Amino acid sequence: MTTTLSKPAPAPATSPTRQPTRFGRRVRKLNLPAGAAGWIWLAVIIIPIYYILITSFKSQAGYFSQNPLALPSNPTLENYKMVIANDFGRYFLNSVIVTLGATVPAVVFSFMAAFAIVRGSGRFLKSVNALFLMGLAIPLQATIIPVYLLIIKMNLYDSLLALILPSIAFAIPLTVLILSNFIRDVPNELFESMRLDGCSEWQTMWRLALPLTKPAIVTVAIYNGLGVWNGFLLPLILTQSPELRVLPLALWSFQGQYSVNIPAVLASVVLTTLPILVLYVIGRRQLLSGLTAGFSK
Amino acid sequence: MTSTTTLPGQRSGARRQRSNATGPLNWLVVPALILFLVFAIVPLVGVLLLSFTNWDGIGAITFAGVANWLRAIADPKMYHALGLTFVIMALSWVIQTPISLLLGVFTAGSQKYRALLAVLYFLPLLLSSAAIAIAYKALLDPNFGLAAGLHLPFLAQDWLGQPQLALGVVIFVVSWQFIPFHTLIYQGGVRQIPRSLYEAAEIDGAGRVKQFFYITVPQLKYTIITSSTLMVVGALTYFDMIFVITGGGPGNATRNLALDMYLTGFMANQMGQASVIAVVLVVLGLGLALLLQRLGGKDNNGSQLEGM
Repeated sequence: MTTTLSKPAPAPATSPTRQPTRFGRRVRKLNLPAGAAGWIWLAVIIIPIYYILITSFKSQAGYFSQNPLALPSNPTLENYKMVIANDFGRYFLNSVIVTLGATVPAVVFSFMAAFAIVRGSGRFLKSVNALFLMGLAIPLQATIIPVYLLIIKMNLYDSLLALILPSIAFAIPLTVLILSNFIRDVPNELFESMRLDGCSEWQTMWRLALPLTKPAIVTVAIYNGLGVWNGFLLPLILTQSPELRVLPLALWSFQGQYSVNIPAVLASVVLTTLPILVLYVIGRRQLLSGLTAGFSK
Repeated sequence: MTSTTTLPGQRSGARRQRSNATGPLNWLVVPALILFLVFAIVPLVGVLLLSFTNWDGIGAITFAGVANWLRAIADPKMYHALGLTFVIMALSWVIQTPISLLLGVFTAGSQKYRALLAVLYFLPLLLSSAAIAIAYKALLDPNFGLAAGLHLPFLAQDWLGQPQLALGVVIFVVSWQFIPFHTLIYQGGVRQIPRSLYEAAEIDGAGRVKQFFYITVPQLKYTIITSSTLMVVGALTYFDMIFVITGGGPGNATRNLALDMYLTGFMANQMGQASVIAVVLVVLGLGLALLLQRLGGKDNNGSQLEGM
């Protein structure tokens, strides 16, 4: 793959809002090697996904007898019924609770902190900001053992709250960084006029800063939400009851339990991804910009 | 997404006038601060302390002095895990960076078919690591997976049973999973390169290849550093996917540091020993992040237009 892709130099980049220039024609000249490489890469990406999808609709007999890449000869929904009958609804609900329970407070608290850091002054706020910045460079997953100890000591082990609290904490540094960059972009005159109108900082935050930074808030919410939704390590370590499983963990134990029934296992893969796929179809731009929150420049 | 990322420490000029009433503002950071202190900073200190103790995960925690550290230094398994972590880091960087960079340039193009392909390229971003690992386990089955589907006998290997092959699989799947993300980063970077640079190059008669190496790559310097930092630091903590697809096996062939930490702590119940590994991970992560930022020069922020 590397060799096929490294040869062609793709066409010059064009900005999305470009205006037709007299060079427009030349730029649009066909670039066959790049196009070919692009289609090859599509195969690399799509074949596994196609395989997951078609296999999830095969019966077990079909799985063993048919060509693995052929469309199912007798498409069946049995696998999906089986996954749903295996408490999928409960795991789904757990994932929703943990994702919302972690994302909403993480974004709200980070927004408040970012507002204070941008608007305030003084040594206290400066040190808090420095602390959050330091948190960006640390691989927080490496602190999982003390987190486990802490959760036990707080009597939270094996509860959904045990997943929510560390998830909020891990999300805070990057969320504060991004939101404070956006709040800083709000023109000072607007803050000034709020002050002249006699608004308190609290009112300014909710009535001025919040509406003006809404796109950034949606972006970081998606970024954090997807991370929590797909998170595996925290649930693996901090819960043990089957009824508290979130989707990735349920997926893992399901494949351990039904390792011979590949179509059913792959149906569970499809079902756990479906909500995000729906989100992708509805709000692709938001989701993609959410994913690179803070990294694109 | 298009905002320039400026560190909060930096001033953005005279626009920002400090408010006088700072007292109430201090209270606004308290919820975030408390949560971050309790679940990130306390554990960060705690992991260092725990590395000097013995704890089985349930019973009492007893002081062990430097015993765990001495054992770790003398343990060949630890060096194996460390070496493996760097091998995975290096190989996945070498594979991911050129592909992501080229795909970033490719998808930044305004052609309709490219936009359509980009929508599909990003699909792996939606899947969890656990889901990807499970899918590949099925896909790599010699009898009922890809090899049989494509009628390519050389693909029918015992992929997860042979140490070298299993490592190759891990690196491939990691790349498959993360290339879309880095493509997205590069796409954003490419779209901010001023068109006038290419127009000037056209006039000078520079072809595509020249334009790519003399304009695109240098202009993407900071994007490359950002993406590489994320890849390298991320490689330290690859856990979920490897855990599900190989569990560290066969033998210890894919047991990197993150997996070694989990298996030592939560399977072998040696939390003190596992904390040593965790400290190594934290130090490596901080060191690598700082090193890469240093490589990128001091001002790594919003400098995409440098040289204009």
